[in-house]
Amino acid sequence: MTHNPVLRVMAKLMIPFILLFALYVQFHGDFGPGGGFQAGVIFGAGLILYGLVFGVETALKVFSPTILRIGIAVGVLLYATVGLAGIALNGKYLNYNVLAHDPVHGQHLGILLVELGVFITVASVMMTIFFAFAGRKS
Amino acid sequence: MAEFVDFILLGFLAVVALAMTRLRNLFAVAMLSGIYSLLSAVLFVVLDAVDVAFTEAAVGAGITTVLMIGTLALTGTEEKISGRHTMIPLLIVLFTGAALIYGTLDMPAFEDPQAPVHQHVAPKYLRDTPIETGVPNVVTAVLASYRGYDTLGETTVIFTAGLGVIILLGLGQRKPGGTA
Amino acid sequence: MWAFGLYNYWIVIVLMMAGFYMVIAHGNLVKKIIGLNVFQTSVFILYISMGKVGGGTAPIISEGFTRYSNPLPHVLILTAIVVGVATAALGLALAVRIKEAYGTIEEDEIVKADTLS
Repeated sequence: MTHNPVLRVMAKLMIPFILLFALYVQFHGDFGPGGGFQAGVIFGAGLILYGLVFGVETALKVFSPTILRIGIAVGVLLYATVGLAGIALNGKYLNYNVLAHDPVHGQHLGILLVELGVFITVASVMMTIFFAFAGRKS
Repeated sequence: MAEFVDFILLGFLAVVALAMTRLRNLFAVAMLSGIYSLLSAVLFVVLDAVDVAFTEAAVGAGITTVLMIGTLALTGTEEKISGRHTMIPLLIVLFTGAALIYGTLDMPAFEDPQAPVHQHVAPKYLRDTPIETGVPNVVTAVLASYRGYDTLGETTVIFTAGLGVIILLGLGQRKPGGTA
Repeated sequence: MWAFGLYNYWIVIVLMMAGFYMVIAHGNLVKKIIGLNVFQTSVFILYISMGKVGGGTAPIISEGFTRYSNPLPHVLILTAIVVGVATAALGLALAVRIKEAYGTIEEDEIVKADTLS
C-alpha cells in the first residue's frame, strides 16, 4: 500500500483534518457529542491511517514506542491526580467543586482535565495496539 | 418514522449476524463485523445515543476491523471444518434464546416513558447537570463528574489491556521476523 | 404499539444467540473473538434501547426541548465500547501468540498438540 500515489496524496490531505477533528471533539465535548473516549479513538485512527499508508516504521518515528508507553501511563495518572487534587484542597476524591473558587468553574476544570487524561490514554493505547499487531507482520 | 428506521436496521443487523455464523472465510467475517458495527452505530443515532454512536463508528467500524484484518494476516484467513458436533450447541442456543425471550415478556415496552429505568436517577441528572456543572451535554457530565470513579476504573482497564498487548506482542523492540 | 413494543429486545436476543453460537460451536479462536464482539454489541443495543424515551431527543440540554432520552445507559455503554476494543485486542494478541507457538488457531488441533507432548 505504501506505493499507491492516490492513497498517499489523499492520506496526506485527510490526516491533518482527522487530527484537528479529534481535538475539536475533545474540547467541544462539553457542549455537543464528544469527549475523551471518542477523541482518543479518532486521534488514534488518524495515526493508524498514517501507519497503514506510509508504513509502521515511519509512523513510529512520529510517535516512538517510548512516547506511547509514557502516554498510556500519563493519562491514567493525570486522571488520578485530579482526584488527589480534590483531597489536597480539602474536598473529596474526584470532587471537582473545590478546584476553583466557583463550584461550576471547578467542575468545568475538573471535567476538562479528566477528559484530557482519558484522551491521552485511549489515543496511546489504540496506537500501541495497532503498532504492536502491524509490527509483528514484517 | 424513527420506529420504521429502527425496525429495518435491526432486521439488517440480524441478517448480518446470522451470515457471520455461517461463513467460513474469516476475512469476509471480519468485513461483516465492520458492517455490523456501522449498522449498530446508525441504530444508536436513531435511539438518541449520539455519543455512543460516535464511539461505535470510530471503534467498531474503524479500529476493530483493522485489528481483525491485522490478526488474520498473521493467523490465516480460512476456518477449518472441525469434526465437532453442531447439534448440541444449536440446541443450547435455541433453549437459552427461548428462555431469554420468555424473560422479555415482563419488560416495559420500548420507548415507554414510565419504565422504571427512567424513574430513578436519570431525572435528577437531567435536571441538575446544567446547574451544578454548567455542561449541557449530560453524558459528558455524568461520565466525567458524577460517575468519575467508574470512568477512572474504565481508563485503568484500557491501560491494563494496552500493557497486556505490549507484553504479549512487544512494541518496537524485537527485530522483524524474530520470534519470542 | 404493543406488537412492536418488544421487537428491539427480541432482535437483541437473536444477535446475542448468534454471537453465543459462534463462541461455542466454532473451534477457530479468531471466530470466537468475533462472536464475543457480536454478543457484546447486542448488549449495547439492549441498554441503549432501554434508555430511549418516546418523543425524546439526545441528552444535550438546550432550549426548546423538555424531554430527553435517559443519559445513564449512554454513559455505561460509551465506556464499555472502548474497553471492549481494548480487551478484544488483548484476545487477538493471545491468538497471534498461540499461532506462533502451535502453528494453528483451531482449538481441536491445539488440544491434540497438547495431549501429544
